[in-house]
Formats: sequence, structure tokens, C-alpha cells
Amino acid sequence: MPSHTRDAEGAAPLIELAEYSFQYRAQSEPTLHDIDLTVRRGEKIAIVGASGSGKSTLISAINGLIPHHHRGTTHGTVRVGGQDPATVPLVSTASVVGTVLQDSNSQFVGLTVAEDVAFSLENQQVPHDEMPARIAQAASLAGIGDRLDASPQDLSGGQKQRVAIAGVLVDDVEVLLLDEPLANLDPAAGRATVELLDDLHRERGTTIVIVEHRLEDVLHRDVDRIVLMADGRIIADAPPDDLLASGLLEEHGIRPPLHVAALRHAGEPVTAAQRPSRSADIDLTSAQIAAVRTWVDAGTHGPGSPTTDGSTPGPAPGSGEPGAPGTVSTPAEAPHAPLALDLHAVRCEVPVGPARTAVLLEGITASVRRGEMIGVLGSNGAGKSTLARVICGAEALSGGKVLIGGVDAHGWSVTERGKRVGFVLQEPGQMISQPQVTDEIALGLRAQGLEAEEISRRTTVVLEACGLTPFRTWPVSALSHGQKKRVTIASVLALEPEVLILDEPTAGQDFAHYSEFMGFLRTLNATGTTVVLITHDMHLAVEHTERVLVLSAGRLLADADPAVVLTDPELTRRADLVTTGLYDLARRCDIADPHALVHRFVQADRADQADSEACR
Amino acid sequence: MSTPVLGYIDRPGPLHALSGVSKLVLALGVVLGAMIGFDVRYLAVVAAGSIALWGLSRVRLRDLALVLWLIAIFATLNNIGIFLFAPGYGTELFGTRHVLVAGPWHWDVTAEQLFYQLTVTLKYVAVLPSVLLFVATTRPPEFASSLARIGVPYRFAYAISLALRYIPDVQREFRTISLAQQARGLDISRAVGLRTRARNLGSTLMPLLMGTFDRIESISAAMELRGFGRGPGRTWLVRRALRPPDVLVMLAAGLLVAAPIVLLGVNGGRFWNPFG
Repeated sequence: MPSHTRDAEGAAPLIELAEYSFQYRAQSEPTLHDIDLTVRRGEKIAIVGASGSGKSTLISAINGLIPHHHRGTTHGTVRVGGQDPATVPLVSTASVVGTVLQDSNSQFVGLTVAEDVAFSLENQQVPHDEMPARIAQAASLAGIGDRLDASPQDLSGGQKQRVAIAGVLVDDVEVLLLDEPLANLDPAAGRATVELLDDLHRERGTTIVIVEHRLEDVLHRDVDRIVLMADGRIIADAPPDDLLASGLLEEHGIRPPLHVAALRHAGEPVTAAQRPSRSADIDLTSAQIAAVRTWVDAGTHGPGSPTTDGSTPGPAPGSGEPGAPGTVSTPAEAPHAPLALDLHAVRCEVPVGPARTAVLLEGITASVRRGEMIGVLGSNGAGKSTLARVICGAEALSGGKVLIGGVDAHGWSVTERGKRVGFVLQEPGQMISQPQVTDEIALGLRAQGLEAEEISRRTTVVLEACGLTPFRTWPVSALSHGQKKRVTIASVLALEPEVLILDEPTAGQDFAHYSEFMGFLRTLNATGTTVVLITHDMHLAVEHTERVLVLSAGRLLADADPAVVLTDPELTRRADLVTTGLYDLARRCDIADPHALVHRFVQADRADQADSEACR
Repeated sequence: MSTPVLGYIDRPGPLHALSGVSKLVLALGVVLGAMIGFDVRYLAVVAAGSIALWGLSRVRLRDLALVLWLIAIFATLNNIGIFLFAPGYGTELFGTRHVLVAGPWHWDVTAEQLFYQLTVTLKYVAVLPSVLLFVATTRPPEFASSLARIGVPYRFAYAISLALRYIPDVQREFRTISLAQQARGLDISRAVGLRTRARNLGSTLMPLLMGTFDRIESISAAMELRGFGRGPGRTWLVRRALRPPDVLVMLAAGLLVAAPIVLLGVNGGRFWNPFG
């Protein structure tokens, strides 16, 4: 929106950083270098960057947590609403810039929505009688006005986030600063958040600064500028169209929208002039349409091309010839492999409060063959985690049965099931209890009372498999997030389970780490471990699984090829997922089988990744 | 989903309807009264009252089962400890000695000692239900505002209420972590010996503790950003005006403190002596 930008040029700068550098007291290197950034009244900007690029630190520099909460050395200047946050109390900066933190649950300090929204008013000693009107107004602006009496346990992630937004809007802030607002949301809730922010921007004139690495979702609505960060510096600060056409995003670990990547694969990269932000309204040229069609055809008919690393798994012959059309149901493709998991009419009903129950799962019948890598897809609350808990024995069945390795697991304890089915939680911090890597891996083995020799044999094997051998004597605390995650997987793999269930394995990781981690999982899968990924990330499912189970409200909606699910608007709508840009692109290029384009894309993407790994 | 170990129980009853301030005053009255009074008749009346209140409150024993167990275990240990280390204290207090069962060395069971230990145990029964009831029937924000109203600094009051607010979250986290650790073979059920169980429990609590520290860090940043601690005082959205039943409850609390003081004079000492 060029006209909008022109308006903004004239407006007063609300946030201004000039040659700003910051070094945390505990660190030897500065985290931010020479940042020059101006945000004017009424602008809407997105700040993107890989993990460790300094995005979060930049937020702290703007909202005054530096220096009031985080100490360190500062160079250069910061002005927020004309004042230096360092010289005024934190609250006076907060009255200009309202920050919505990443984890909205930690921000929820009240026992109900109304109390939480009131928090800031209470701190300002607003008289009791004036509060309800202001609370109601802020809550309705944030779209949560009808849930004022709800408690945090009764709200979804998206609703909690709205409460957090209402909690800062109640102060009439001029800027909303959001730290990875989409990280914990499922796709549909993420889009709803992006739409809400856009409404606030248009209707109330709120200046919006979104820090996020899920760029495609942010671009669901217009932004004026994208600021790209890497290694503590601003690499680019440009309108989205220019930045998407520049190719800089890929270079710095940010995944561009899928349709932009697909056009690049097809050999006709986007230009800024064709407004490439959104797949639905990009001005496609006829050359691009032709190129995409040729590119997809080449993939479908080229039988030799899908020889990527995915098609060489040991025990799962022919699992997912990704180019083949009509791969709707994979079980038929691996008829020889025995069943690792077999669910029959699984039902799970749990008590919620006195004399009330909720049915979390109903009539789930599905199976996983040995050597498969499948996804369990669905929005938050669809029953994905419950399904995992039922398999692991944490939740009792109220109907149906679960067979593990062909045997009815009824009556097995969590520990007995754990020997067959390994369960890896989302946050590595939730599992790691030992200070040293090898001790952490040996923990479960020692608990089984294995001999020292066997323990050291298995530890060596999994350290090697997980690429952790160089770190075996390291303290866990010195590892990165991704390495810690590998340690938790290694510690579960050491128990030699047949199936590995991973809960949201890539949540919050940037594209580079995500690709590396998924590559690692695929290698594990290729050497025989059956992998079940629980996720709400469609890209993840499409790129790395052969089959997905789609859950919604505790029921199984589909058991199909992820590319088919991804390109089925009706199914994705019912499951609260979203079709991605690839679907729009296929439609607009008149490709009959949208999933053929998806398969071709995955293939090209993997080839790219293999190349970049080879370069390393 | 499941009820917290100790926290607000949302099952409206007559006690829920009282203002947090009056309930707090009552609980403090009971605590203070029981601290001063060693008269077993007084303690018996207070204990009976506490139990009656519990009956009225619609809070079930099951709701607070874990806390009640812990208290029962502690009270039992305390009683055993008193008997082991000071079996003659009853005789010292009351000046008489009626041996019921002759034990080895100085561990004779005397009526005086039993009576003394009964008094001590009655204190538990008198005090704890009312304190637990206060916590179980007062919604955390009101709990904080009640504390602040009787003069507790609001930062402190809010910290307590926040701890209660996060108990269900921490419990859910505990269940998740414990599931993953059990699946790795770190059993914390009765199936394994006490030492292994303790060690395995450690492996579950460690991640929970680290996670809680991180959470505290982010909550405190979030609260500061929203202006917590900016002024010497704050107002409270949730606040209930005092009504006649609240006034009655507070008067009762006053009586509970006054009674043992009067009894001090009547008995001529802290204890009522049935042996003299």
C-alpha cells in the first residue's frame, strides 16, 4: 500500500533507534549492532529474523525492559514517544508501547478475563467504579468482550492472546508490540490474530509492530514494511513486495511464502511490481503460469526424480513415491510391514469438574505401519495430545482398544508402554533432569536395571545416531535448543522403542533449525524408527510425512496424503487448518491436481536442502 | 481438570458468599485464639465449630485430600515426637501422675501426658480447617485484596494470590512431565521401592522447578510492563462490600480471641486442669 506509506512518512516518529547497540551483562558479544529503525505513528511493520538474530532483544530495547529489567551496555540512542526509556520509569514507556509477550499464558495474571484486563488500571489506582466500562471497551476492541467472566483454563490460546491485547489496549497505548504472536497458535487462530491486528490498525489507527518468523501468516494482511534482522543487525527495511522479490529472506533463514518459493523453483521468480505478498492476489504473468505448469508436469512424469533421501527407508518399501498422483491412502502401499500401532474405535471420556464429563476422542480407528512417518494434524484442542496420551497409557480408554505391536495394550502401565512407544515432549526442558548429556541418556536405561556395558553400548549408538557424539561430555546447559531437543530424543531412543511420538517437534524454531531438525528425524525414520508427529503445522506434514490423520473435535476427519488434505479447502476449514499459498497457486495456474504441485514443491525443496547441506 | 492440591474450590456455598476480609479475620481469630488458649474445653468448642463450618461450606474432604493427609501425617509424627522426647511433660504441667501403662525407661503412659497431647492435637483440628476453608472458599483476587485491606503490603498479597492462580498450571505441567518420565521407565508409582521412587520423583521435579523459574521470570516482566509496583497502593476490581453476615463473622472472630484471654484468668494458668 504505497499511499499508506506516504501518509506515514509525514507522521511523527513514535519509536526511533539510532546507531543503537546493546550487550547483555552476562555476554561477551553485543546482541544488537548499529540498529537504525524508525516507526512512525500509524505504521504497521513486521520484524523478521532467525532465532538468535536479536528480535527479542530489540523488543526489550523498545519497551524499556532494557535497562529496567535486563542490564547491559548500551550505545546509541532510543526514543519512544520522544523519551529515552532508560530515563523514565518503565510504566511511562508502557503507556505508549503496549507489549504482548509470546507466552500469553504467563501474561495472564487475573483469575478471569475482566480481572486480567483490569490489571493495569488497578496498578494506576483507577477508582473501582470506573473500571468496568473501560474493561468492557478494551475487551470488545480485542474481540473477547463476550468472555469477561471466563477463567484462563477455559480459554484457547488465541483467546488468551486477545485478553493480553485487551490488557494493554485498556491503557490507550499508541503502539502494539507483539513478540511472536503466532508461535503457539494453530493456523486458523493465527490468521484470526493477524486479522484482528489489521482491524485495530485500520479502525483505531493503532501502530503495530509484529515480531515473527512465520512470515506467510503475517502477510495474510498487508504490512507497510518488513524489517529483516540477522546476527543482531538490520539487513533490510523495505516494503514487503521489494523484500520478497529480493531473495534476501531465504539467505537469512526466513521461509518466504510458499507461492514465492514455488515460483522461484519453477524458474520464474517474483518481482516487486507484481505485488507478491499474497498468493490470492499476486499479479501472475503468463510466463510464470506456463513455467509452473511445465515444472509440475516435469515432476509428475519424471520417474527418476523423486530419488531423494525420503525414498530409501529400510523397512518401509516404497513409502511415498512423492510424485505419484493419487497416493491418497498409504497403508495400501506398505502392505508387508507389520502394524506398529493399531487403534480400534478409540473413545476417551474424562471428568471435568463435578458430575460433568467431556468426550475428548470418539471412534478413532487408524493404524501405523512399522517404518512409516505420519502426522497427526488438527487445531489446538482437536484431541491430538489426548490421542498420544491414550497410546502412552496416561489417559484411560472408555471404549475401543489400542494395539501396540499387534498386542492389546490394555492393562499395560505407562512404563511398559514406554518401552515400545517413546514419547518426546515439546519443550526439551520438560524432560531433561541430569546435568550431563550421557547421564541424561543413561537415566532411563539405569532405571531399567540394565548392565553397565549394555548402557554404554546403547548410549554410544544413540549419541552417534543423533549427532551428539562430540557433545557427550558436555553439560546440557551449554547446548542450544535444537541440541537439547536431540538429547531428549536420544534419551527416548536409547530405550529402543518401535514408535517415536513427538509433540510439536518444531514449534517456535526458525526455518533453518526446523529444516535441520526434520532432516535428522527423516534419517532416524530411514533407519527403521516409526515416527508419529503431532503438529498443527501443515508445511511440516506436507514436507515430511507420507500420511496424516486429521483430527477435529475428537473425531478422525481424514486419513490421507497430506498434499490432498492441504489442497482440500472444505477439509482444512473443518479441521481449523488453512490451505497454503500452494493451493491458490495451483488453482490460479489451472492445475487440475493441486496436490501434484505440492508434491513437486516438496521434491524441489528437498533437493535444495540436500544441496545446501552438501555445500556445508 | 482435576482440583488443585490447595486452592479455590468453585462450588458456591454459604462461605463463598462471605467477603474475603471477614473470612480472613475469622481465620486469624481462630489462629490467634488457639495460640493463646490451651484450655481443652475452648479448643473442643473451636474444633467443633471449624468442623461444622466445613460441613456448611460444601467443600469436600476429597477436594483437599492431599493437604489433609499431609497434616494428619505431620500431626501424628508430632505426637510421637512429643511422647518420645518429653513423656513426662504432662505430669510437669499438671503436677499429678496417673500411670495408665508402665513403659520401658521413662516412657510411662500417664493420663496427664495423654491429656496434654490431646490438647495439642485439638489445636490442629481447631485451626487448620478454618484456614483451609478460607483458602478454599476465597477467590484468589479477592484473597489478595482482603490481605491488602487488612494492611498486608499489596506486592506481598498479590504474590500469594498469583501463586494460587498458577497452582493448576503447575499441576498440569507436573502431570505432563511425570508422564514422559514414567514412559522412560522412571516409575513413581508404588510398584518400586521408596528410594528409587524418591530419586525418580527428583527427575520429575527438576524440570518442573527449572520451568517454574523461567515462568516466574516472564510473569514478573509482564507484570512490570503493565505497571505493577508503580505506586504505593493499588485499587482492586474484585472487592466485596461488607454485609451483616460479614460483620457477625468478624464479631465471632473477636469473641474467639477474647475467650481464651478470659479463660487465662479463670483457670489461673494457660491449661485447664481436670486432675487438680
